[in-house]
Amino acid sequence: MGVDQKPDPNAIETVTIVPARRLISEEENAFWPTHQGAFLTTRIADIGHWGQANSIWPALFGLACCAIEMMAMSASRWDVARFGSEVFRASPRQSDLMIVAGRLSVKMAPILRQVYDQMPDPKWVISMGACASTGGVFNNYAIVQGVDQIVPVDVYVPGCPPTPDMLMYGFTMLQDKIKQGIPPASDQWLSGRGV
Amino acid sequence: MSPEETSEALRARFGDSVLDVVHFRGEVTALIQRDLIVEVAGYCRDELQYNYLSDVTATDWLDRRPRFDVVYHLTSLEHWNRFRLKVQVDDGQQVPTVIPVWRAANWGEREVWDLFGVEFEGHPDLRRLLLPEGWIGHPLRKDYPQTQIALPRPKSDKVLQRD
Ligand code: SF4
Repeated sequence: MGVDQKPDPNAIETVTIVPARRLISEEENAFWPTHQGAFLTTRIADIGHWGQANSIWPALFGLACCAIEMMAMSASRWDVARFGSEVFRASPRQSDLMIVAGRLSVKMAPILRQVYDQMPDPKWVISMGACASTGGVFNNYAIVQGVDQIVPVDVYVPGCPPTPDMLMYGFTMLQDKIKQGIPPASDQWLSGRGV
Repeated sequence: MSPEETSEALRARFGDSVLDVVHFRGEVTALIQRDLIVEVAGYCRDELQYNYLSDVTATDWLDRRPRFDVVYHLTSLEHWNRFRLKVQVDDGQQVPTVIPVWRAANWGEREVWDLFGVEFEGHPDLRRLLLPEGWIGHPLRKDYPQTQIALPRPKSDKVLQRD
């Protein structure tokens, strides 16, 4: 079309429609036979665990300096969205995982327990950092010496603070745990088998 | 008016009720008789323009009698300087509250009561400020245990009995 020509509003552009299966090569066709009517078998539990492990939504529970690294993990540089857990929920009712990021003061402990109780089952807890796991440098009257006195913990991530990579490694460990069908620590706590 | 002039003015006005004046690296501290603290505080605010109470705190000298110092940090926004008042109080005795002079003293005195267990006579609302309700003891006392504190049980422990 020339520059001085006005476009004709009644003209219809024609686009060739390519059948979708032609976009895949013959070899791929042989390798991914799903659209040829093939099927996979698995167990309901396995596919459930697979879904759970890849959509863990953490509750917002940043308590101290560790929370900065937790935020870094969810931001674009480390991007935990790759593992399906980018949505930090402000409501415990919508979350599966509590990342206890920071030192837990005795005054905060009942609140942490309440938020944990409000989360629907199944639920997991990551204890992030030296303080959450053992009290860390704060060996004093005001800080709980390990959140496992308050809530059952699935994965402990050491460090002061743990880097986002370490936290993400802990997170993938938790995913492995879920995929293997290991029950959450809360179940073991309730049935008296210890944490 | 410099801190030195403040201490001289206090000496001239209250005489022997100013028990001691300490100069240390440009900071001046006056030790006042405990029952006169409200009067001295009012004089500092009205006549000497110490119109801002920055902090109320305390120190615990475990083996001394009286055991505690209650410390008032005053700031004068007029003259842009600071001055410190101290009173001594023993365990079980009371310090008159300075809330009528500076309302900011309310939370400061609650904090001192919370962490040191010093009581303030006439305080309208002497509850714990930082620690949770129901805490036993006052942790900034020198004889408070540093570790091995029994945790209060979490409130929702009942949930553990659920099936
Ligand atoms: S482990 Fe270190 S970074 Fe984390 S809350 Fe404790 S002091 Fe802060």
